[in-house]
Amino acid sequence: MSVPILTARGIVKSFGENTVLKGVDFDVEAGEVACVIGPSGSGKSTLLRCLNSMEEIDDGEVRLGEELLGYRKERDHYRRLSARRLAAQRERIGMVFQRFNLFPNMTAIENIAAAPMVVARRTKEVARKRALDLLEQVGLGGFGEYHPAQLSGGQQQRVAIARALAMDPQVMLFDEPTSALDPERVGEVLAVMRQLAFDGMTMVVVTHEIGFAREVGDSLTFIDHGQVVEVGRPQQMLAHPTEARTRSFLEKVL
Amino acid sequence: MGDKTGIALARKRHRSRGEMLGWVVAVPVVLAMIVVVATNENFQWATVGSYLTVPAIMEGLAMTLQLTFVCMIIGIVLGVVLAVMVRSKSPLLSGLAAAYIWFFRGTPLLVQLIFWFNLAALFPDIGIGAMQLDVNSFITPFFAAVLGLALHESAYMAEIVRSGLLAVDDGQKEAAEALGMRPRYVLLTVVLPQAMRSIIPPTGNQTIGMLKSTSLVSVLGVAELLHSAQIIYSRTYETIPLLIVASLWYLAMTTVLSIGQYYLERYFDKGSARRPRTKKPAAPTGAISIIADTSERTLR
Repeated sequence: MSVPILTARGIVKSFGENTVLKGVDFDVEAGEVACVIGPSGSGKSTLLRCLNSMEEIDDGEVRLGEELLGYRKERDHYRRLSARRLAAQRERIGMVFQRFNLFPNMTAIENIAAAPMVVARRTKEVARKRALDLLEQVGLGGFGEYHPAQLSGGQQQRVAIARALAMDPQVMLFDEPTSALDPERVGEVLAVMRQLAFDGMTMVVVTHEIGFAREVGDSLTFIDHGQVVEVGRPQQMLAHPTEARTRSFLEKVL
Repeated sequence: MGDKTGIALARKRHRSRGEMLGWVVAVPVVLAMIVVVATNENFQWATVGSYLTVPAIMEGLAMTLQLTFVCMIIGIVLGVVLAVMVRSKSPLLSGLAAAYIWFFRGTPLLVQLIFWFNLAALFPDIGIGAMQLDVNSFITPFFAAVLGLALHESAYMAEIVRSGLLAVDDGQKEAAEALGMRPRYVLLTVVLPQAMRSIIPPTGNQTIGMLKSTSLVSVLGVAELLHSAQIIYSRTYETIPLLIVASLWYLAMTTVLSIGQYYLERYFDKGSARRPRTKKPAAPTGAISIIADTSERTLR
C-alpha cells in the first residue's frame, strides 16, 4: 500500500445559494489513475478545480503530500495564500481542460515552452527542445509551428497535455478531456492518456468515457449532488455497483 | 462552367440600377465641388502653397507630433495600469482607479489643461519638509500640456484596455494560472497580447483624436501646428490659407497613422484564423500526417 499523494478532506464549495460540494473526501495515491464520474452538475468538475486551488473552498482541506494547498492555517481560520504562493503550488499540478484553452496567439511549441520559460526560468533553447520532445511523445512531431486554430480538436488537446507535462507535475488533472471532441478524435487523446498512465503518472480524470475508466482506471469515484456516492475498483464497481444511485446512473450511460 | 474552350469566364459582382444612377449623380457633383473650391480665389491656394513648408509651420508640426507621441505613450502605459487596477480584487486598488477615471473622464480636457497651467495658483510650492519646489518654475506650458493631455488620455485608455481584457476568454487566464504562472506573467505573456486585438483599433482612433486634441494646447501658448499658424495669420491676416495649411498637415498625419494602424492590426491578428499565416512546417503536410499516424500507432 502506498500513501496518498493528493488528499481532499471534507470539501464544501458553494456558489451563492447553491452548494455544489457537500463535504467531499477524495484520495489519490502516487502512480494511481483515479477516475471520477457523475451526472452533469454533480460537482465533479468543481472538485477537480478545488484540487489545484482554482476555486476558493468554504470548508475542508486539500493537501499535496503533507502541504496544505491554497490556504495557510492560522489559529482559528484559514488564510488564502498570495497569488505568488498559489502559483508555486500549481506548478506541481498539471491541468487539462475540456476546451483545451491553448493560447491562440502562440504556436504549439510556444504554448508548451511558455511556462517553462517564465515560471521555471529555462532558456528558450532548453524549453523548445523539451517542447519538441513532448510533441513527439503525444504523436504531434512536425506540428510545432502550427497555431491552435490550424489543429483539430484532438490535436489541440494533445498539445494541451504536452503543455501541462512541460512543468513536470506530480499529478495531472483532466477535466472531461474528450467531451468537446468529435467522436472520431476521442481515441487519439485517450491513447495519449493511456500511455501516460502506463508510464506511471498520477492522474485524476473526470470523464464520461466509462470504457477508459474500466480499462485504465485504478479507482473509480461516483459523485452525485455534491457527494461521493461510491468509491471502488472500476471493474468491480461498473459490473456490480452497490448503491442504487450508481446503478441507475450507469444504466443510463452504458 | 467555362465556354467551349474550357477557360472559365470572368465573374463580376452584381451591379444594381441604383448604383449606376449613383455614379451618374455623384461623379459630376464631386467634380463640380472640386472645381468650385479650386477656382475660388478666396481660398488663396497660392498663399497656401507658399506657407505649406515654412520653418514656423514645420516646427509646429514637429511639436504636434512630439506631443502626440509622448502623451499617447504615457496615456497607454497609465491606461494599462489603471485597467489592471480596476479589475483587481483589492477594493483599495479598484476604488482608486475608478475614482481617477471618474474624475479625468468627467471634466473637459480644455478645463484640465488650463488647471494644470495654473497649478501654481493653487499650490505655489510643493514638496516635503525642506524639499520645496517652486511650482511656477517647472510647470512650463509644455509640461502643463503633457500633463493635461496624457492624464486625460489615460482615463480613456483605461476603459479601452479594460474592455480588451474582458474580451479574452477566462479559460486563458485559468490555463496560465494552472501552469503556475504568477499574475504578472499571466497578464504580460497570455492575456494582454490577446487583448491587443481588440485594444488596437480604438487606440488608433484615440491616437488620431490625440493628434487633433493637441491643437487645444495652443491656448497655453505651446507652439504646436495650430498655434504656429495662428501666430502667422495674426500678423498677416491670411487666416483662411493658414488654417488650410494646418488642416492639410493634420490630414496628412492622420492618413499616415491610419496606415500604421492597419499594419499593427494585421500583426496582432495572427493565430486568429484557420488558414496558415506564419511559418509552415518544414516538411510537406502529407509527410507529416504519415509521421503523425505512425507515432499514434506506437502509442496505442
